[in-house]
Amino acid sequence: MAAYTPKGVLTTPIFKNNPIALQILGICSALAVTNSMSTSLVMGLAVIAVTAFSSFFVSLIRHQIPSSIRIIVQMTIIASLVIVVDQVLKAYAYEISKQLSVFVGLIITNCIVMGRAEAFAMQNGPVMSFLDGVGNGLGYAVMLLAVGFFRELFGSGSVFGLTILQPVNDGGWYVTNGLLLLPPSAFFVIGLIIWGLRSLNPEQVEENEFKITANTKAKEAV
Amino acid sequence: MFEHYLSLFVKAVFVENMALAFFLGMCTFMAVSKKVSSAIGLGVAVVVVLTITVPVNNLILHYLLQEGALSWTGIAGAENIDLSFLGLLSYIGVIAAIVQILEMFLDKFVPTLYNALGVFLPLITVNCAIMGASLFMVQRDYSFGESVIYGFGAGAGWALAITALAGIREKLKYSDVPAGLQGLGITFLTVGLMSLGFMSFSGIQL
Repeated sequence: MAAYTPKGVLTTPIFKNNPIALQILGICSALAVTNSMSTSLVMGLAVIAVTAFSSFFVSLIRHQIPSSIRIIVQMTIIASLVIVVDQVLKAYAYEISKQLSVFVGLIITNCIVMGRAEAFAMQNGPVMSFLDGVGNGLGYAVMLLAVGFFRELFGSGSVFGLTILQPVNDGGWYVTNGLLLLPPSAFFVIGLIIWGLRSLNPEQVEENEFKITANTKAKEAV
Repeated sequence: MFEHYLSLFVKAVFVENMALAFFLGMCTFMAVSKKVSSAIGLGVAVVVVLTITVPVNNLILHYLLQEGALSWTGIAGAENIDLSFLGLLSYIGVIAAIVQILEMFLDKFVPTLYNALGVFLPLITVNCAIMGASLFMVQRDYSFGESVIYGFGAGAGWALAITALAGIREKLKYSDVPAGLQGLGITFLTVGLMSLGFMSFSGIQL
């Protein structure tokens, strides 16, 4: 357990042990908010803030929490932090908070936050937990931005609202791919990103439960 | 009246399917859909919990949190109290409490169902579909009757989706998938295709 270094804690979750691609945590919001870069960025920042501070506070009081009610205690901390984030967003970024609608509230049930509080913060010191929270939040944000980048670039020809590929409708040349603006495309993009990540890191590939035998050789009918 | 409720139900199951149109409850959706039998168990649990929590949260909203909701207490100035910022905290509290009570109730009175649901019941607390349905209920300002129907419909839709996915994944085990796509990757692509299918309901006006 003592092998954690601040740098390692911060960077492993981003590529090596990405919460979305590898641990299948927190996918709900990853799909719904990624049709533009700006919503993905805001959502990513919100999750980084909540994960980092919830890990920090849970870790601070970890010796006082009775283990039988720890889930409820963690939930209360997380929910309070999410309320703060929600109110801040409503005050300073009203347009985006409207677009995110219920998904800010759903950070509470985002498994990344809960998972880090339960798996890391309950065993480690506050500072380390804070960094771990930031790292996992970053892993989530990076994935969200990657998906948002592809969806916005090919779906509407822009990045952060700046036109990169001039769409046909505005007299340009690029025919926008409407599919990428639809929610299901997030599944395809994430699926393909996972494929890419796992081709780079073959040790992440899941074993198949059944081996497919090679094709039987062609034989003349007797 | 009946027609209104029926259309709300159909809308909640198909047009606004929790899993495939709003992507709520995805974590468990991906993790527990390897076998049809466990998918059905989880589906039933979600239906039960949603049918109870959405109406209860509806009552909490209308009688405790909304602006002026406390006026029934008769305390002077109570009609000016607006506690709606406490919404998130109270909804998740209600959900956690109801899941806990349900667990104890089933353990005592319906042990067969309790054993069948097993570890899925506590998992439901962190299922975004439950929280999401409550938040949608708040956003769309459903009445009590509507929230009962909406909760049940949303749960039924989610259960339908996870059972369908589990059926596909059981078949998928026997197919030759490229190594990097094995497991999680191919599941994502499958869900994407299913969700495209469900999008064809989206034009339906009810």
